[in-house]
Parts: sequence; C-alpha cells; structure tokens
Amino acid sequence: MKNTISHRVADFLKNYPPFNLLDKPNLLKLSEQITIIYKEKGSPVFLENDSPHAHFYVVNKGAIALKKSNEKSMMDLCDEGDIFGLRPLMASENYKMEARAQEESILYAIPIEKFKPYAQQNNEVGDYLIASFASNTRNPYSITHRGKLYQEVLEPDTPHTPLMDLQTVQYSKKLITCTENTPVNKVAEKMTANKVGAMLILKNKLPIGIITDRDLRNNIVTGKYPITVEASKIMVSPVTTFRKNITITQAQMAMMKSNISHLCITKDGTPDTKAIGILSKHDIMVAMGNNPAVLIKAITRAKKIKNIKRIRKSIDHLLAGYLEQNIPMTLTSKIITELNDACIKRIIEISLKEMPSEPPVKFTWLSMGSQGRSEQLLQTDQDNAILFENVPEEDLEETTNYFLKLAKIINKGLFDIGYEYCPAEMMASNPNWCHSLDQWKAKVSQWITNPGADEVLLSSIFFDYNVTYGDMELADKLSEHIFETTQNYPIFYLHLASGALQNPSPTGFFRQMLLEADGEHKDTFDVKRRALMPLTDAARVLILSHSIKFVNNTFERFEKLAELEPNNKETFLACSYATKALLKFRTKQGLLHNDSGRYIAIEQLSKEERIKLKRTFKTIKDIQELISVRFKVSNLMR
Amino acid sequence: MINFFKRKPKQYPLYWEEYEKCFEQKQPAELKDVRFVVLDTETTGFDYVHDRILSIGALTLKDKMIEVSNNLELYLEQEHFNADSIKIHGILKSEAIFRISEEEALQQLLAYLQNAVIIAHHATFDLNMINKALERNGLPKLKNLAIDTSNLYKHTLLTTNLVKKKEHYSLDELADKFDISKKDRHTAMGDAYITAIAFLKIKSRLKEKESLKLKDLVKMG
Repeated sequence: MKNTISHRVADFLKNYPPFNLLDKPNLLKLSEQITIIYKEKGSPVFLENDSPHAHFYVVNKGAIALKKSNEKSMMDLCDEGDIFGLRPLMASENYKMEARAQEESILYAIPIEKFKPYAQQNNEVGDYLIASFASNTRNPYSITHRGKLYQEVLEPDTPHTPLMDLQTVQYSKKLITCTENTPVNKVAEKMTANKVGAMLILKNKLPIGIITDRDLRNNIVTGKYPITVEASKIMVSPVTTFRKNITITQAQMAMMKSNISHLCITKDGTPDTKAIGILSKHDIMVAMGNNPAVLIKAITRAKKIKNIKRIRKSIDHLLAGYLEQNIPMTLTSKIITELNDACIKRIIEISLKEMPSEPPVKFTWLSMGSQGRSEQLLQTDQDNAILFENVPEEDLEETTNYFLKLAKIINKGLFDIGYEYCPAEMMASNPNWCHSLDQWKAKVSQWITNPGADEVLLSSIFFDYNVTYGDMELADKLSEHIFETTQNYPIFYLHLASGALQNPSPTGFFRQMLLEADGEHKDTFDVKRRALMPLTDAARVLILSHSIKFVNNTFERFEKLAELEPNNKETFLACSYATKALLKFRTKQGLLHNDSGRYIAIEQLSKEERIKLKRTFKTIKDIQELISVRFKVSNLMR
Repeated sequence: MINFFKRKPKQYPLYWEEYEKCFEQKQPAELKDVRFVVLDTETTGFDYVHDRILSIGALTLKDKMIEVSNNLELYLEQEHFNADSIKIHGILKSEAIFRISEEEALQQLLAYLQNAVIIAHHATFDLNMINKALERNGLPKLKNLAIDTSNLYKHTLLTTNLVKKKEHYSLDELADKFDISKKDRHTAMGDAYITAIAFLKIKSRLKEKESLKLKDLVKMG
C-alpha cells in the first residue's frame, strides 16, 4: 500500500544521523511507525522527572530548548534534524531536564521499541549511539549535524554565559619550544612547520624567553642580526607568565599593558615553574564569541540564512548580558540595532544572489516601525518597504515585478531567522509597499493631504523609515518631499498629533494602572500601546514639525527636541529617559518570556519596578498635554 | 399483491448503517479529545456531475498528533477521464497503482471517517464530490461536521481596512505563509498533510484570541 506521508518522513530523516545509516526499506518501515506532533511555542514536550515516554523525538521544524528547571540558562537548543530525549529511554530512567518548544515546532516521535532493533542489528547505528553517549561532546560526526543523543551535559562545552569577561580562556597546550642556542632560522622553520606565531625558549623546562613573528621581523628581516644568530639574542625576556585559569579580562589587560600578543601559562603562574601552555590573542578572540565585533564579522561571512539564524541567537544572549550588567540603554540599543541591521543586510545580499539578474535600477530597502527607529531589541514582526529609482512608464511593470520577486525572497529570509510576517502585510513583497520614487511621492502626498484615520496610521508607520540597504540618496529625496508637503499642509500635524493622543491612557481616574480587560492578555499591562506608543507618536509629530531628518530613534528625538526648545528641555529629557526605561522594561520581559514583551504581568513585578513604571506615566501625561496645546488638537473632533 | 403505497424505510447497506451509528455518540467537550480527519480529493475536474474522484487522502489528527501508520490513501478505478487535469495531479488512468471501485472506496472512507470532524481546504468542493459519489451509489450525504481551512485562515487576519482580505486563499498561499514544505503538492495525501499542518498553525493563532471550542471552529470554518 502506498503511503505518501511515511515517504515524506523518510525523505527528511535520511539526511540526519543515525537515520542516514539505515537502508531505504528499513527507513521507510521505521517512518511508518512515527507520530507527527505539533507543538505550540512555549509548550512542553516533557518535564524534568517525567517518566520516559514510549518515543524519542526528532525536530522536523522549529526549535526545542532543553533546560534544567532550576536553572535559568538553556542547556541546549535542538533544531532541524536534532534528536533529543533518547538517552533516558535507553537507560530506563526519568528525564533529567525539560524540553520545551522555543518556537512553533513539528516533531517526529519515534517509538523506541521499533527503533531498538536497528540499533542492535546495524553496527554502525549502534556505534553512533555509543559514541554519542560516551563522548560528552556534541555529535561525533560533524558540527553542522549536531544531533545529540545524550541528554545530560555535565558541563556545557561552550557556555553561552553573557558575562564572558570572567570566564577562563582555553589556551593551547601544544608547546613548541627550543633552547637558547638554537639558531633563529631553525626557530623560524619550526614555527612555520607547526603553524604557530610564537615559540618559547626553555632552559631546564623553565621558560626564559619567547620569540614571536614580530621579533623575527624586527631583528632578522631588518638585518639587525644574521639569520643564524642564537635564539637568546633576539628573544623577549623575561616571559610574562600566568596561572592556567586566567580570565579573559586578565589576559586582555596583561597583553595591553606590555603590548604583547602571547602569554605563557606555567604551573603556578611564575616563571620559576614548568611551562604548560601558551595563550595568544587569537585564543581570546575565540573565547569572546559573543563579542559584537566578532558577531558582525560572522554575519558578513555567513553564506547561508541558516548560519545567520544561529548568530541571531547569540545576539539575544548578548542583549540579555547587557541588560543584566546595566549597560546604558542608548549604547545597548545602538549595538543591537547595528547587529540586527547587519543581519538584514546580509540576507538582502544573499537574496540578491538568488535573483537571475542584477537589479534593473538602484533601490533602497527601508525598515519601518520600530526597526526603522532603531528601537527593535527583540525580534518582532517585520515592517519594510522597497523604494526604487524612477523608470520610464513602459518599464514600470517589469521593474516592479523584479523587486516584488526579490522582496519575496528577502521576506522569507527574514522569516527564517525569526522575524514573523507582518499581520497587516506591511512588507515589501506586498505591491502596496514596493514603489518607484515618484509613486511613493504621490502616495505620501495623498496621505498628507487627505489625512483620515487610516492615512495617519500609515504615515505614522512609514515616516519612521530608515535605510537598511541600498541607495541613501533615494530615501533622502523622499524625505525632502515629505517635509515640503507637510509644510504646505500644516493641518496634517494636527491630525498626526491627534492620532498621537488617541492611545489609551496608562492610568485610570484613581491613578491606578489600567490593565487589559479581556482577551488572552487579560489583567496584564500593555506596555507598548499604553506607554511606549504615546511617547513614540509624540516624538514623531514634534520632530516632523521641526523638519529634522534622520533622527529616528525616539529617545534621540527627544534629546534633539530638548536641544531645539530650551524652554521645554526638562519635559523632553524626562520623555527621553522614560522611553529608555520602558524599552528596557519591555526587553527584559520579552527575554524572560521568549515573546515580544508587550504584555506585562503586573503582579510579577517588584515594588521598585512598579514605582519605576508608574513614574513614566506622569511624563506621558505631560508630553500629551504639550502636544494637545501646541497643535490645538481640541479644535479637531476627537 | 404488492402494496405500492406502503413506503418502507429505505434499506441501506450494512457499512452505511455502521457509519450512521457512530453519530449516536456526542463530540467530546474538550478540543484535544476531538478526532479530526483531514482529507483531500484529487478529481478529474471541477464539474460535480461529470467529473470523478481519482484519489482520496485522509489522515487523523487528535491532540495535535498525526500517526503516520493510521491514514487512508485510496486510488479509484476510472471511467470518465479528463486529459487536462492530468497535468496537475499526474495520475494516469492506467498507472500501476492498486485501484478499487468507487463503492469500495466509499465503504473504506466511511469506515475510516466515523463521526470525526472533517477538515479540508475548500471543503465544500471535496464534500460535494464525495456526496455526489455517495448519491451515485444510492446513499445519503455525509453526516460529519466540516471545517474549511480557507475560511478559518481568514479569521487569523487583522480586521482593518488597510488589508484587503481575499475571497479565497489557496493552499499554496497557506503553505508559503506557514512555511510548510510543498513536497507532494497535488497528490491527495500530500495536500491533506499540508492542510493538517496549516490547520494546526491556524488554530494556535486563533487560540490567542479566545479559548477555542469545537463549535467556534465549525462556525468560523
């Protein structure tokens, strides 16, 4: 009997170990026994101490987080093709950690009873399992297929601790050494053969000096010494030594202080004990995988969207670390936005390669909404648009089609790394958001001159655009046009201002916080709609009325306004501060619950946090009054 | 003498009576206990009268799980043949797949369906095709509740005048939207699988709005 679904399952499994070791008929037979399970984001597959299920699991789509319930940090993240929950079944013990859907996921549940015979009959499969269980490493086969069969990790080998500074560095234990009278040309030969940048000079097993590439350059290549000179003549002595559990910060400081690139690790940290290893600048770079500079480099080198998805996860770790360390919000949002921008840029570059031809004309990829305002710390929905150069009437359709096709690939790429599709379809792949310069000009003119509720909403999203990729000049021309048009139709400010005042108030008559009355988010506080949006909207209308270009960020806008209007300086600075505080609130909540952080459960906040939150409400009220008076909103029917 | 005027209740074959009997049982109160059958039919064309069912793919969905071993994939013997539609589903009249008669297929389908809630993309079409086949075999219409994923999907979209909802959303659009691989598209079982995953994803997005009951789903779909 034909079974299309089991073929589909087998077709997926055959790409991943150990299933790639099974022959086709057996794999098909196994596939017929599988149950396909859908897991909503956040729902558990099994909990710690649950008795073992009859199945183990393979991730088909999505991602599953494994963690111990008493620890905050995740032990491992399984994505497509990874196996989890097998070891407890083999060992007949309870689950040692919980597994929860990190994102919406589809799993294949494989019955252990049906799988066991293969593990026993097929030596390769058995060996694979033993190797995975025994080595506490990842998948012994390859890093890309890091399907892990064991569950408990004694010590995660590359911990994702955001506070990398206090972590110890791995040093190289392979010592390349020579004695003080070895000729320098032999030293250089040995260094080349071993592909190292430094050589230790030992005397009675104690380190007495070090020769690096730089010493060879400075002393030999310059002709200061002949190449047969003894090592002791050019070595740097004494050697800077450290104990083996040196932290990243210590190592960096030591290298900076003496302007050197290598440290020697000895048994007790002094030059009087045996040398056991060498630590280079490169080792530090590797250890600092979570460093923004390293991440940017990794992004620009990424060849596949899948790689970017992994990097995106590191960005979230970095963000969590910054918040924990109380790094100023201005800096945090700058760095994270840069990284997010780099990801998007890279996706556009990769997508462009997928197109059959080069873009027919110049174009600009505009990020709108929070991404455009550089306030998007967590991944939310994507809001974007394409703006391309004017083309002759007869080419317009073909050009538009090219960019729509490109946008479709980009939107899918962004979706793949975690940006949900915009529920309102405000994406460049929608024909309404992919236009030539003239078309966009006509469109915004229409919004500005006929400001109904929809037009005001659209402009409030669109006018925060920022160039993520492509030609700046095009965006510049469009901005000029917007300012010109708004100045000719000042009534537009009034509408925009009244739109800014329409957000629901954060507090009620008795100054209590207003919570959502019904729906899924009942009894939570909507920090986006009730607190952040009033500030964002206010900043937008004010900055627009001053015709200030390219200041998109809400708290930067307020700082700029404070500069422009010294008499309202205090209010604006308070607004800037409130925005940062609220943004931080939202981001922290979002990281905690793996969501957008928009809805805050008030009763879970500490007293201090509640007071902090409430303090921002007064500021919101002040700015709303200012706007109401300035733009005479009361004249308009609200 | 034969009494022409006395109307005897029509006698249906045993398999229909067994099917009918399943409906004496009420649907469970909890959504997770409800048995859904996701199905798709490939047909020779879109004409309810002249076109025929070529194949039926159906799988069972319960508590967000699909058992691969428990599904129904039927290929039907053909009299009527429409050369145009082969291009789409690729089922040739003489292809060497085990085929059964229309009645045999209906019999197996009814036994598989029981009182499950049917889910299909553009459900009206599939149900009409099946009901026509039932009619040809002297049987009444299907009695199952049915949900159309095309209609259900519309409820996940924002209600705003900025987005124009389309009248229909194709299965391809849903597969793109929900990132479902379009492998085996245009085979009955392949489409049934895509529909099943799309249904699960739609349902989870609807749940964000309210605590969902079966009757809500049926009303929306």
